[in-house]
This record gives sequence, C-alpha cells and structure tokens, in this order.
Amino acid sequence: MNLLGMDKRDIYTWASIAMIVIGSTAGDVLIARAMQHIGDMGELRRRVGFVAAAQRVLTEPRFWMGIAFMAIGYFSLVIAFSWADASLVIPASGSLTFVTNAFAARIFLHERVDKRRWFAAVFVAAGVALLSI
Amino acid sequence: MNPRKYLTLGAIVIFGALGDVLLKRGMQDLGTITLQNWPRAITAIFNPWVALGTLLLIGFLAGYTSALSWADLTFVLPATSLGYVIVPLLSIAILGEHVGLTRWLGILLVTGGVGFVAGGPSYTSKRDRQLIAEGKE
Repeated sequence: MNLLGMDKRDIYTWASIAMIVIGSTAGDVLIARAMQHIGDMGELRRRVGFVAAAQRVLTEPRFWMGIAFMAIGYFSLVIAFSWADASLVIPASGSLTFVTNAFAARIFLHERVDKRRWFAAVFVAAGVALLSI
Repeated sequence: MNPRKYLTLGAIVIFGALGDVLLKRGMQDLGTITLQNWPRAITAIFNPWVALGTLLLIGFLAGYTSALSWADLTFVLPATSLGYVIVPLLSIAILGEHVGLTRWLGILLVTGGVGFVAGGPSYTSKRDRQLIAEGKE
C-alpha cells in the first residue's frame, strides 16, 4: 500500500491523528456548549447538591453528543498508539486540535479569542509541532 | 481563579498525561490495529495498562467537563497544555523513548504559551458572547 509516498504505517498513523482531531474538536465544542448552558459546576453543587448537579450534566443531550465524539477520539488514539510513538501522536494531534479549537470556539461558542489567547494558541501549537519532530 | 480551580487544572494535566502514557504502554503489548482486526481497538480495554489509562482518562474528562463550566475552551486548552510537556518526560522515563534538542525547544514554547493565558481572564461573559454572535465585536 503506497499513497503519496506514505507507507501503510504512515497512512494509519496520520488517518488516526486526523480522526483524533475531528473527534476532539467536535467533542470539546459540544461539551463546552453543554457546560456553558449549565453554568459553574462548583456553584451549582453548593446550591443544589452533588447528585442534582451531576443529574443536570447527565441529562444534557449536548454533553452525550460530546462524549460520543470524544469516544471516536479515544478509539482513534488507541489505533494511533498501535502504530506510532506517544511522543509523536500526542503532540501532533494536540497542535492541530489547538488550531481547530481556536476557530471553532470563536464560531460556535462565541468566545472572546483576544490577542493573548491567539498568541498562546500559536506558541503552544508551534511548541507542540516541534515536540512531534 | 481560586485554589479549587487551579487544582482542577492540575488534575486535568496529570490525569491526561498519565492516561495517555499508560494507554500507549498497553498498546505496546497488543500489536497494530488495522481495518481487518478493528475489534481489537475495543477488546484492548482488557489489557491492564489500557484499562488503567482509560480510567485516568475518564478522570481527565471529569475535570475537563468541570473546568469548561467556569472557563472558556480557549482558556482551558492552553492552561492545561503542560500535559504536552509531561508526556515526553514520562515517555523517556516509562517507555524509553528519546527526546532531543528540538523537542526541548518545543517544551519551552508550550510553557511560554501557558504563561500567556495564565494571567488573563478565563471566561467570556454572556453579554460579550451575545455581541460576538451578533457580529458587533
């Protein structure tokens, strides 16, 4: 099997990393959206108790959709780890997820992504990319 | 930011990094997973390392979910990115992987990125979200 000069190992590694990024980004955005709706868990727990606070989270549909995407990310991670080093898979998927999440947070979560956060995202993405070399 | 919130961010870093490394340690025993033997990705959970790693990743998810209830995603991600520094360090200690000069430079950049967000605001207010959604900002 040879595609664009990549061997079977490369194809499985990078396809799994792509699936980790997609699963993590969609999962992150959906869980963040669910938790925005629910509010600060610490305050909620103090107000209504742990069980009722947990119930609020567990009955939120967007939370479970987020978990489903996180599960896709998890199984892709297991497959990626069966082909490549942790010190490649984690930084590579992490740096790509940083960039996709910064855009997704602005578009879907309407977060204020100020200069400080863009700098942080660029620094971390660049650093994480160097970790994958 | 209060001590409980810093503790949550710390737990996310530790659980995430340790969970990833233990998962990788387990997959070293199990061989490669292809389209032909994909059910192995599910049965891998019966490997003790993978099971322990998965438990830690569930702990990571609990902390992560809690953090997203009081902070923005674009704050939580960089604030917990020290995990990317810890994974290579644990990879040396537990998995015997090699970490060269370029990776150390990467570690320095990640740490700098964490410093950028650490002192800033952690949450976008509802009013600001509304303005951003309406394209007024």
